[in-house]
Parts: sequence; structure tokens; C-alpha cells
Amino acid sequence: MAAVSEEVRAFTVRLELVDEPGELLRALEPIAENGGNLLSIFHERGNVTPRGHIPVEVDLEATEDRFDTIVDALREAGVNVIQAGEDRYGEELAVVLVGHLVDTDLSDTLSRVEDCGGVSVSDVSLTAPDGTAEESAARLRLVASTAGRDRALETVRSIAAEKDLRVIEPLADGGEA
Amino acid sequence: MRLAVLGAGAVGESVAELAGEYGHSVTAFADSSGAAVDADGVDVAAALSRKAETGSVGSQSTEAALSADYDVLVEATPTTLGDAEPGFSNVRAALERDRHVVLANKGPVAERYDDLRDLERDSAGSVRFEATVGGAIPALATIEDLGPGRVTAIRGILNGTANFVLSRMAAEGLGYEHVLAEAQDLGVAEADPSFDVQGTDAALKCVILANVLSGGGYTLADADVEGIEDIPGSALDLAAEDGRTVRLVGEVDADGVRVGPRLVPERGTLAVTGTMNIVQLETEHAGRLNISGRGAGGPETASAVLSDVGRLPPLE
Repeated sequence: MAAVSEEVRAFTVRLELVDEPGELLRALEPIAENGGNLLSIFHERGNVTPRGHIPVEVDLEATEDRFDTIVDALREAGVNVIQAGEDRYGEELAVVLVGHLVDTDLSDTLSRVEDCGGVSVSDVSLTAPDGTAEESAARLRLVASTAGRDRALETVRSIAAEKDLRVIEPLADGGEA
Repeated sequence: MRLAVLGAGAVGESVAELAGEYGHSVTAFADSSGAAVDADGVDVAAALSRKAETGSVGSQSTEAALSADYDVLVEATPTTLGDAEPGFSNVRAALERDRHVVLANKGPVAERYDDLRDLERDSAGSVRFEATVGGAIPALATIEDLGPGRVTAIRGILNGTANFVLSRMAAEGLGYEHVLAEAQDLGVAEADPSFDVQGTDAALKCVILANVLSGGGYTLADADVEGIEDIPGSALDLAAEDGRTVRLVGEVDADGVRVGPRLVPERGTLAVTGTMNIVQLETEHAGRLNISGRGAGGPETASAVLSDVGRLPPLE
């Protein structure tokens, strides 16, 4: 089992923060101090809880042991941890993009997908049978948290609309993937 | 039952031919330029050979067919969008005469569902339309049996032409234009295939399904529709490397109606090949149900029409 606990995995932590300056920073410190690698922070400012708190979803990488330490440290620091680890990056999904992928900066496309939070791009495969100046196709394999899935697809759709790319999506939630 | 069959395309013709076998008679049979009307039963074979020779099944007017003696009007004229005419007016005429209506024409059910139900409420006749979704597949009867409220989502491959093109592209590594030309040679695709490959036909069927699930409110304008014309062979290759393939899938759920090319598992249930169709229902208590079969064709679609006729209650 030692090998398993040494493995770095992605986790999601849902926090509720008081709407005061410095709160977010205070919540992130225990993560960095305990060896967690921050992947993304999704700050749902528009979605205040009934108690007036702001929900924040933090995606991070850590070994399983360190993740437990991080959650303990967050709670010790008085941060309200709503959910930890259960919403792990579990969903794999694939999308195919078609269009002028190279001319429209594929790496920008990829980093914007990752920046939307709750998703990481695990694999990219590009094919440009007629050269990179012509239309090409790319398959993106994404690993997302449940909440990250919809956000990732929304992000892909909006980038595609902006860059005039076509998206071949997976089925909506619940369908065979 | 006595049937008035409007439309003498592949479906109307098969309904007229098979009606006798199902224990019904055809008292009126009309195409776009004429009609044959006979209270004792139209000679269908004679009407069809007349059509082959002169272009029309009979010398009487469509109005004569509409005012003939019949119990069920079978609306099998070509699907039209927007006001869904002349199909809608044909349906109105029958319901106002307290006759039943069975549609194979998608237009009135997709574009004017609420108007159709209003007319039905004021009529002693009923409206059924199994043939409008998935040809021979008993999709609507299954939903009716389950109860529309217990069906939470529907996915389907509902256009045989688009499915033929995508499955041939994937299997043979051929480009879109090449496969489309082949489909046209085989008679699988129309000379103008836009209705099929742009997703409109599949979307109309999904809109009908959405209307059935939610009791109306949807038209084609509410559907988010994308076609398959721009899909390069390389996209299918990439999907295949990942154990997936691309199909034109219609999805109906609480979020509405979406039709577009989707990645599906290559050996999954939805990846039917050739001109096959499939309807996949997600249900509250019965899990997932899959029904596949022939989504088009004269006798296939006529069988759905005649099943509907069999489900109608007697008119006093």
C-alpha cells in the first residue's frame, strides 16, 4: 500500500469562506505549507450560501497522506471545509476539436481549458493530414471533477465559438462515455 | 376502420397497400395532384398504377378526399416546417369532423404541437403519431406505457442517412463527400441531403419527443442543432484511436433538445451502423431501455401508422 499513498493524485476541497479580505489567502496557506500543489481555485462569488458565506472549490494535487494532513490543517485554522476528497477527479471525458487549431494557438486553447478549474487535460492528440496551415483535428482527454465536467465543456464551447472551431462533444451527463 | 390516406409517397403508398391486411379499408387516397375516393373501398392497386402512368392516384380533388367518409385520416404528406402546411389544415379538417388522425408527417407534431392538442381537445377524434419518430421503432408507445413523467432523458440516433455516412466514413476511412455520393447512388441519401445531414430531421423527431415528455411547448426553434457536414475523416480517426466513434445524436432532457455529432463508445449501444436507428430511454424505475430498428422505409413506417390505427378507440 506504500506505493499507493506515495502516488500524487488530484483532489477537490469545497470550502465556505467568510466574505472578508484575506480569507481566501488564509485558506490556501495550509495547502501550500503541507505539500499540496494548487491546481485551480473556483471562487463562486455570485453564489452566497444561506449563512452569507462564499463557496470556494479548490483543486489540488497531493499524496493521499498529505491530503489528509491538509484537510486537518484547514480545519485547525478554522476554515469551514464542506467536502473534501469525495469529489475527486473521477470523470474522464473526451472531446474532439476540428478547425484551424494550430493557427488559433492550440496551447492557449489547452491552458484556458485547464484554467477553468476542476479539470486537467490528460492527453492531446493532434492530426493535421493536410499540413498545419489547413484544418486539423485534435482529441483532448480530460479528467474532471463532477462539477468541473460541465465547466470544462462550457469553456471548450466558448473557446470554440471564439476561435471558430467545431466541437464534437461526449454525450450529456448520464450517457455512455 | 375506414382510412383516408393523404400522401402517396413511400409511406402513404405502403399504408394503402397494407391496410387490408390489417383489417381496414381505404375510402380515400390522395396525392398532391389528385385523389381517388370510393365509400366502398378504393382499388389501391389500380390507383397506384394510375399514378405510375399519369402522375396521380385519381382524378378527384384533395378536398373530395378530405370530405369523404372515413374514420381515420392518415396524414402522410411531406414534412413542412413553420406553419406545417398543408398537413396542419388537413389534420384540422379531420378533427373538426370528429375523426381520428394518425400522422407520419412530422411538421404539425414538431412545429404546432400545442395547436394540435387544442384541436384534439375539442374533437371526438384522437391524434396519434408513432410513425413520426424512428420509423418502425415503437418509441412513443413505449413512452406511453412507461408514463412520460417517468422518462427522465432520451438519446437517439434518429437519422439513417447521417448514420450511414458517419459509420461508412469510420469503417472505410473515406471522406464525407465521397461517402455522401455513395449514399446518394444507393438511394440512402436524397439528391438534396441537407435536411438529413444538417440535423433538421433528427431535431424534429427530438422536438416531438420533448413535446411528448413535457406535454408540449417545443418547436424546432427551441432545439440546439448541429449537422455532420464539416466532420473530417481525421476526427473519426482520432475518435477511433480512443475506442470511440462519432454519431449524430439527439438528446432530450430537462435542459431541452440538442442534436449534434457526439463521441460515443465504438462498441457501445448507440453506435448502430448503416441506416439503423436507436432510441435510448432513461427511466425512473425501469433503468435504461434501448429499442433499435429501421427508422425509415415505406412498409416499416407504414407498420407504425397501422399500429396507431389499431390503438384508436372506436368512434361512437
